[in-house]
Amino acid sequence: MRTAAAFATPVTPASAAAPAPHARLEGVTRVYPARSGGDEVHALGPISFDLRQGEFFSVVGPSGCGKSTLLDVLSGLAKPTEGTVTFEGAPVDGKVPDGVGVVFQEDASFPWLSVEDNVAFGLRRAGTDAAETRRRVEFAIGFMGLRDFRRAYPSQLSGGMRQRVCIARTLVMQPRLILLDEPFGALDQQTRLLMGDELLRLWRETGATVMLITHALDEANLLSDRIGVMSARPGRFIEVVETGWDRERDSSLAERSEFGAVTSRLWSLLRGESLRAMGQGQAAEKRA
Amino acid sequence: MSLAGFLRTLLIVGAVAALEIACRTGAIKPTMVVAPSAMALGVVEALRDPEFWRHFGVSVQAVAIAMVIAVTGGFCIGFMLTRVPPLRRAVSPFLASYYSIPHIAFYPLLIVIFGLGRTPLIFLATMFAMVAMILATMAGLDRVPAVLAKTARVHRLGLVDEILRVRLPAAAPHILSGLKLAVAYSFIGVIAGEFIMSTEGIGHEIAYAYDNFNNQRMYALILIVLTLVTSFNMSVFAWERRMLKRRGL
Repeated sequence: MRTAAAFATPVTPASAAAPAPHARLEGVTRVYPARSGGDEVHALGPISFDLRQGEFFSVVGPSGCGKSTLLDVLSGLAKPTEGTVTFEGAPVDGKVPDGVGVVFQEDASFPWLSVEDNVAFGLRRAGTDAAETRRRVEFAIGFMGLRDFRRAYPSQLSGGMRQRVCIARTLVMQPRLILLDEPFGALDQQTRLLMGDELLRLWRETGATVMLITHALDEANLLSDRIGVMSARPGRFIEVVETGWDRERDSSLAERSEFGAVTSRLWSLLRGESLRAMGQGQAAEKRA
Repeated sequence: MSLAGFLRTLLIVGAVAALEIACRTGAIKPTMVVAPSAMALGVVEALRDPEFWRHFGVSVQAVAIAMVIAVTGGFCIGFMLTRVPPLRRAVSPFLASYYSIPHIAFYPLLIVIFGLGRTPLIFLATMFAMVAMILATMAGLDRVPAVLAKTARVHRLGLVDEILRVRLPAAAPHILSGLKLAVAYSFIGVIAGEFIMSTEGIGHEIAYAYDNFNNQRMYALILIVLTLVTSFNMSVFAWERRMLKRRGL
């Protein structure tokens, strides 16, 4: 079998001594304008941070803290109100740059296309030649374990399988930065663990930089090199925790004692913020 | 045959048989309804008559023109309204109350404007059918999940590709139900118009037979129109079913 290392586009750092960040946020904020009768919502920031080349970075935070807004701004799906976002040195300005792939929490498979056609969607739109498309689709379908379902339609698949289709559809584009917005949020616990292992394999074999948004602390812990802990709205990083795990890791990591220590650390950072976020929610309910 | 299919056939056969018996025994007078067997004879007679085919052609042509204009025009207008929200908000009360207008009442006026040709008929049928298509197009496009539109942007699709490759296929089930309505309304518009005031067409022929107490021909023509409309709608329906089944709906 062909390995994904050959499949991914290697990115060489600008200088070996101090590698340039893969993506950078500088003083980024996002404020949603006031809607009728309400106040404007300061959803995010100011946030400044670097995503390192090839790292697995997770973002955890209380609900409503602006995690998804962070992803939207970083991917170019939304423009920051203030500040700048750069990807591979070039500014991201309200347009998704080439080399960025996004997987969403909601089912984003196209119900009118078969699994195969879903996976091939991006390549066909980009005008990749047929042989190359076939090769890459074949690889992605095999990689995500979808071989037996290639002619099935999403409605015939479980939620976990549909999410695999979406990941495969992202994978064929050979993204150098993969952003995942709670991709396993709608899945059951066992499926989540297995999908986590697959995500690690994908990350190792493609060499891509990954940013995962999740609300599951042990998932973030298990998968990540670094975990950004966000505050209640407006979301800011209160701390970035380094896990120090080996690159070759899987869900068996959860049995180690250091693993529990990291999860405890994350929770102690988040507990107060989560309470604050709940308070915000209740206050908003009272106003309404 | 499925049980539902069997019951459906039974229902139709039973109703026809009951009508046949009622007519034969004189419970229903032939001046009111003719027996189904007489209707069938009338159909055979009509189908042999070249004059019938001329009227038939005239009507079908008008329906086809109205349908094409209503479907394409309704789609374009519906699409445009979803892209221009203030315009949409401005016209939505009109669209919502549109089907309370008795369109057919304007037919005499249309004749005054366009003359007694096919134009007022086609105009009437188009007006009647188009708004169903506008409403269905808007409903379909409104319900495209936001995550699919985001996916289009992640794949760096241009506006045209986003519309053709993502929004339209996602909205297709709704748009298709608008299409079905537009088809039915085009038929209704043309035939009802011909019925009131026209010198040719199936509707005119039905009215003519009615005026001349030719019940056998009248019912035969009604039967032909019913068959035509139902089979047309059934084929759209079958297509729709195939599409929806694939999507698990």
